[in-house]
Amino acid sequence: MFKKTLISLILAAGLAFGASASAETKVGFVYVGPIGDHGWSYQHDQGRLAVEKELGVKTSYVENVPEGADAERVIRQLASSGHNLIFTTSFGFMNPTVKVAKQFPNVKFEHATGYKRADNVATYAARFYEGRAIIGTIAGKMTKTNVVGYIASFPIPEVIRGINSFTLAMKKVNPEAKIKVVWVNTWFDPGKESDAAKALIDQGCDILTQHTDSPAPLQVAESRGVYAFGQASDMKAFAPNAQLTSIVDNWNDYYVAQTKAVMDGTWKSMDTWGGLKDKMVEMAPYGDAVPADVRAMADAVKNGILDGSFHPFQGPIKNQQGELVVKEGEVLSDKELVGMNWYVEGVEGSIPK
Amino acid sequence: MLPSLVKRQQPSTLMVYLSPVIALILSMVAGVILFLIMKVSPFGGLHAFFIEPLSTKYGIAELGVKATPLVLIGVALSLGFKAGVWNIGAEGQLTIGGLCGGAMALYFYEQQGFHIIPLILATGIVSGMAYASIVAFLRVKFNANEILTSLMLSYVAVLFLNLMVHGPLKDPDGFNFPESRMFSDSALLPILLEGTRLHIGALLALTVVAIGWIVMSKTLLGYQIKAAGSAPAASEHAGFRRSKVIWITLLIGGGIAGLAGAIEVSGPIGQLQPSISPGYGFTAIIVAYVGRLHPVGAMLAGILLALTYLGGETAQIQLNLPVAVTGVFQALLLFFLLACDVLIHYRIQFTEQAVRVENT
Amino acid sequence: MEMIGPALLTIITAATPLLFAALGEMVTEKSGVLNLGVEGMMIMGAILGFVAVHFTDSVTVALLVSILAGSAMAALFGLLVLKFHASQVPTGLALTIFGIGLSALIGQSMVGIAYDGLPKLSLPVLSSLPFIGDVFFRHDILVYLSLIMVFVIYYFLNKTRAGLILRAVGDSHDAAHAMGYPVVKIRFLAILFGGGMAGLGGAYLSLAYSPLWVEQMTAGRGWIALALVVFASWRPGRVLLGAYLFGGITILQLHAQALGIGVPSQVMSMLPYLATIIVLVIISSDPGKIRLNAPASLGRPFHPSR
Repeated sequence: MFKKTLISLILAAGLAFGASASAETKVGFVYVGPIGDHGWSYQHDQGRLAVEKELGVKTSYVENVPEGADAERVIRQLASSGHNLIFTTSFGFMNPTVKVAKQFPNVKFEHATGYKRADNVATYAARFYEGRAIIGTIAGKMTKTNVVGYIASFPIPEVIRGINSFTLAMKKVNPEAKIKVVWVNTWFDPGKESDAAKALIDQGCDILTQHTDSPAPLQVAESRGVYAFGQASDMKAFAPNAQLTSIVDNWNDYYVAQTKAVMDGTWKSMDTWGGLKDKMVEMAPYGDAVPADVRAMADAVKNGILDGSFHPFQGPIKNQQGELVVKEGEVLSDKELVGMNWYVEGVEGSIPK
Repeated sequence: MLPSLVKRQQPSTLMVYLSPVIALILSMVAGVILFLIMKVSPFGGLHAFFIEPLSTKYGIAELGVKATPLVLIGVALSLGFKAGVWNIGAEGQLTIGGLCGGAMALYFYEQQGFHIIPLILATGIVSGMAYASIVAFLRVKFNANEILTSLMLSYVAVLFLNLMVHGPLKDPDGFNFPESRMFSDSALLPILLEGTRLHIGALLALTVVAIGWIVMSKTLLGYQIKAAGSAPAASEHAGFRRSKVIWITLLIGGGIAGLAGAIEVSGPIGQLQPSISPGYGFTAIIVAYVGRLHPVGAMLAGILLALTYLGGETAQIQLNLPVAVTGVFQALLLFFLLACDVLIHYRIQFTEQAVRVENT
Repeated sequence: MEMIGPALLTIITAATPLLFAALGEMVTEKSGVLNLGVEGMMIMGAILGFVAVHFTDSVTVALLVSILAGSAMAALFGLLVLKFHASQVPTGLALTIFGIGLSALIGQSMVGIAYDGLPKLSLPVLSSLPFIGDVFFRHDILVYLSLIMVFVIYYFLNKTRAGLILRAVGDSHDAAHAMGYPVVKIRFLAILFGGGMAGLGGAYLSLAYSPLWVEQMTAGRGWIALALVVFASWRPGRVLLGAYLFGGITILQLHAQALGIGVPSQVMSMLPYLATIIVLVIISSDPGKIRLNAPASLGRPFHPSR
């Protein structure tokens, strides 16, 4: 009898322990690239580390997950192994995330850069185009050849938005300046990115900007004596003289806040599109080469975005054909920005339709 | 003192079956060392890799999902490799099969009918064949080496898929993101096991294994393929035209790779995306060889490789191991599997000195 | 005109890693061994070369380490296929998986570290020539070395006794064995050489092309190198041609894009692959010649009967 009680006591203790263990918050992350890419996935992983450090919760991650059949299994595995909050950090994970979320109503999901939400699926993205307006201003003021190079990855709305925002800002301060866009069809191939950088410099570009992940173009800029802007992180170490500033992805605060919300039980499904104001997009310190007047102009753009007096897509905006698409005094809505697939005036080339 | 390898008079039947077991045991030992270096519990590591993925119904079903394309293409490629035709571009044939099969699925968007799925799969087969026939044509007509053409055409295929999902095939309501619509239910492969993703593609894979086995062991075609690979000159002399073997093996390889592509998009993915395969066409080359270019062997090898992928994911989640460790472990496993096959044709003998010690 | 010089410079950069890896693989294949693990050997050369330069600051040490890294990977391959008679094709593929994984583990602490890149060596007198000097005589040591290796390998294969033996081993291992040549030893050396060259190709990526380390930075160049050996029908001069053709079109399509050509970028990116196929088709028109040049024992296992 005594023995039995003891056993059941132990069992109860075990159960209680188990229960408290499962109530513990565990956060899962799914990355599309390796965390050693020093770009997109690397920055998300910095966010994961911030969550661990600031909140002391357990996190897991799966890296290099292909967008395709595998994503659903990985997300489901995280959901079924006691993770209460799962960040899926690439657009291609959207449908798998939504599918798994249906099967696990008690688990919260956060999908980056997508547009499908549910009661337990939130979406988040960063307004990198705000940063592009700042660097476009700097490029417009600092180019001597009036030709600026843009290394692009794939013609998705995110990248097109960046090109447009950059071009509008550049043209505003320097109507003579032209932009040359080269697509490398990869997010991540240092060799190819540096090839593109060299090709652009050879065609007279004296300032480069990129929407690909590696610091290779900055290294090229440094060695060829032209200027460039960093991407995803502060890349000054790779181009101490050439980097004028960098658009930094900062997921740390958002990841910590959302994890905290899950811990407090206050998490709600929302669409977050954070920008400079939310510190999801940050600018690295200006390089020494940026003169004071240009800094002032760039700061003015930044402050305008911060206090809401300026929007990178405020009218008048003309499209490639010269038609007025946004009237004076109006701004493009978020909905129009999300699916942007047209170029503003001054950008050459076409987008696959 | 050192053991050395001595050729057997006849291949050992026992070792045909035993060598993979020995390889697995050796891999476990290597795994233990690897996990100790990575400072995780060796038991936990092996459990995560080999046991945990199979501990649930869903996990076993996923093994089938993951193995299906590998087995399909592995079987098809083993025919070609047996004949000495080096189609290393199955990835491209898969991509084109998936793209065209997917286009067919989108054509039937929101329509009903039992003809839709067979049409999708048939489109996959035909388009994969058509893509592989470029390789065959260039090989037979212009003597252009198929290693190069098939590999280069793989890159072209992936870029073409990318172009299509950025352009004509993208979801009209998808905010211009490079993805097609989600296929209608009528274009999705039926599920075999409720609550999982195991689809009828797995049955098709088993069927292909069986057909492949029969073709290779019972038919004249199988004999021709084997003869073309092992004694090309003699087989040509016997009247088996080399060009015929090239055409047939490439069409089979392309057709089945295309089928695998169509199965992937209308099965577990359910739409077209810029990438529909994490390199199945290349991994299947390993599958074919680890399966000793035998259809049943390819099936077993495909399942084993699929398990290591699943296990790698589990190891990342449970033990926080980087994906790189998965790659290293997978490679070690393959090294052992490939090296242990030596025991079929060779036996280990200790040098004379050692033998003498035994005798005294 | 003013763009041609710089464009040529970029093409040389794009071609050099391919040239190293393809030349090495060609020698390996000439001995009758098909090693599909070029990508894995390259990436190990890339990471270990980078680690070496980071800790020693010595280019010489870094290059030696890269050669050793590639050769060590190749030795593993050689052990498996020559000693344990493992099939060459899957063993090479497994070697690539191994290299990509291991390099990522080794490189974990190298992400985000910068290196200035290999110093450029200006050849005296020659480098001061107008145009030609800039394009051809102001490169880092690896570019010169890759071009020298084309001649060295050509000379070795065609003009030396050792090269003749190597080719004999690749054409018929049984005959070579019967003549008393150590087939296994010769093949092992050829495999090691291929690995060392792949290592240098990798080093070029992480030390010169884009001097940094990120995971998977070889991005499929080992595969292109493999294709180039076939393209070249096992001739050093044609390897050079192939590498510069592939690199050249890669760069020219980028230039075409920058000039604002109205073709989708995906189609532009296909061009190097399509061009390689087309040129191969043209130069393969004489079937007899290629057959003669391909190592007849390529990929076939060697089982000496005692």
